[in-house]
Amino acid sequence: MKQLTIISGKGGTGKTTITAAFASLAENAVLADCDVDAPDLHLILKPDIKETVEFSGLKIAAIDKEKCIDCGKCTDYCRFEAIDEDFNVVNERCEGCGVCEYVCPFNAIHLVDRKSGFAYLSETRFGPMSHAVLNTAEEASGKLITLVRNNARVLANKSNKDLIIIDGPPGIGCPVISAISGVNLVLIVTEPTLSGIHDMERILGVASHFKVPAVVCINKFDINPGNTRLIEKYCAENGLDVVGRIPYDETATMAMIQEMTVVEFSENEFSNNVKKIWENINYYTGKCSENVTINGDY
Amino acid sequence: MIISVASGKGGTGKTTIATNMALSIANAQLLDCDVEEPDSHLFFDMDLEKVEDVYLSVPVVDNEKCDYCQKCSKFCQYNAIAVLPSDILIFPQLCHGCGGCTLVCPKGAITEEKRIIGIIEGGGSDGVEFYHGMLNIGEPMATPIIKTLKKKIDKEKNAILDSPPGTSCPAVETIRGTDFCLLVTEPTPFGLYDLKLAVEVVQHLAVPFGVVINRDGIGDDRVEKFCMERDIPVLMKIPHNEDIARLYSNGQPFVLEMPEWKEEFVRLFNVIQRGDAK
Repeated sequence: MKQLTIISGKGGTGKTTITAAFASLAENAVLADCDVDAPDLHLILKPDIKETVEFSGLKIAAIDKEKCIDCGKCTDYCRFEAIDEDFNVVNERCEGCGVCEYVCPFNAIHLVDRKSGFAYLSETRFGPMSHAVLNTAEEASGKLITLVRNNARVLANKSNKDLIIIDGPPGIGCPVISAISGVNLVLIVTEPTLSGIHDMERILGVASHFKVPAVVCINKFDINPGNTRLIEKYCAENGLDVVGRIPYDETATMAMIQEMTVVEFSENEFSNNVKKIWENINYYTGKCSENVTINGDY
Repeated sequence: MIISVASGKGGTGKTTIATNMALSIANAQLLDCDVEEPDSHLFFDMDLEKVEDVYLSVPVVDNEKCDYCQKCSKFCQYNAIAVLPSDILIFPQLCHGCGGCTLVCPKGAITEEKRIIGIIEGGGSDGVEFYHGMLNIGEPMATPIIKTLKKKIDKEKNAILDSPPGTSCPAVETIRGTDFCLLVTEPTPFGLYDLKLAVEVVQHLAVPFGVVINRDGIGDDRVEKFCMERDIPVLMKIPHNEDIARLYSNGQPFVLEMPEWKEEFVRLFNVIQRGDAK
């Protein structure tokens, strides 16, 4: 089983549009939405949820007000400023480390499970899908991503699929690291803006740090031909293959409004370019080794 | 006045709003809190200088004192310590720097050292005082950098905070404690879905907020309907415009080329400052 993750560093470059298009082109794949912060793939793929699993990430401190005498030891030792002056736990700041529980002289604090979100195993018109939603203002999106990826592998094994297509989160931090570690290939979607180039360079650094092979595609390449050349030059100089370019086109937005992939929505230059990229990607995933270990759990 | 600019979804125009607003109003400070992918500085002609390193405290074990009792590894919630029969392994990138292992070690074998996970840089241009944080490549935890960065907020100034995308820790850390949050969205189904998530976050944090619709005209009217139904003020609309997109792609803030927009941002700021936007 092989795994492909679509990432970009910068948000809004078209990761989900491209992932959804790949879903409609792939013949034997499981889809996974690893942007658990702001998942959008389900808006196009309309999954039919078959199984829901409650997710508890890190634990959280709970203070027993009956036992608490406001001694302040917990606040002194908490390095995350997660206990306020009235000795209430600030949920979004608590990292569930347990230091407050350990130092409390009155046994007034305990770590409890924190319900952080839900993971779903679903079926779509293009095959099985693993996705999730993190409760707002919750921690541990990296752990939830690891769960989504594990679920995707379960679905793939169950239904004999040989590829997992992962829609990745933006950024370069823990969610991205969890979404790319151990995959066979990442497709970096970039756009010809100064921010797009800057973010691509940083995300490439992350891919190379974790030794994941990467290829690049340039979305909206025609909005700034000069910057597109800069990206291509940068890729050539750094031994990276550019697997395709996609023109700026309102097809993506129009298809999204109709809840369709761009491939389903129309056959035009836009969707033809996406198809070419998909063919190129198949060439690269065909070449990469099957030995994959998942070690991402931040 | 501290204004955070957030969105849920990436690529909706947070940086565009934050940079153009900072350039339009007086006495402005701009803090780019998207420390994973800081881009605001690309819109200014300025030299950035390192202001400080950001550290996490990670454990160091004195093997002479350690008797491999495993108290530290059992305590650690992040699996950052593994104790073998005659060795102990630390995984610094999993460590959240809580200090628990140091506390629980009965032998006093654990001390801490500072590990750099990123930097704060600062600069200034066009009357804007600027800071951003930059997470080192390969490091997972952005939040400590955002916390350090927010210490640069000058209460005497008008601070604009460019938030990272998403609705989890880094975005929450940025929005928390700000006086107002501008939620930037685009009129598409993705924009609407992510806006709804972002609204939950700002309501949870009890930060007053309003919406800016960017690329107005590209999609449908579901975002506006949602805002109307929920009584959320739409404070500004920026049309889908090729000139603005081209300026953005070259790292040029559009208020410098289209001065009429400068007035629009001043008006927006005044509405927020007067408290009319709630």
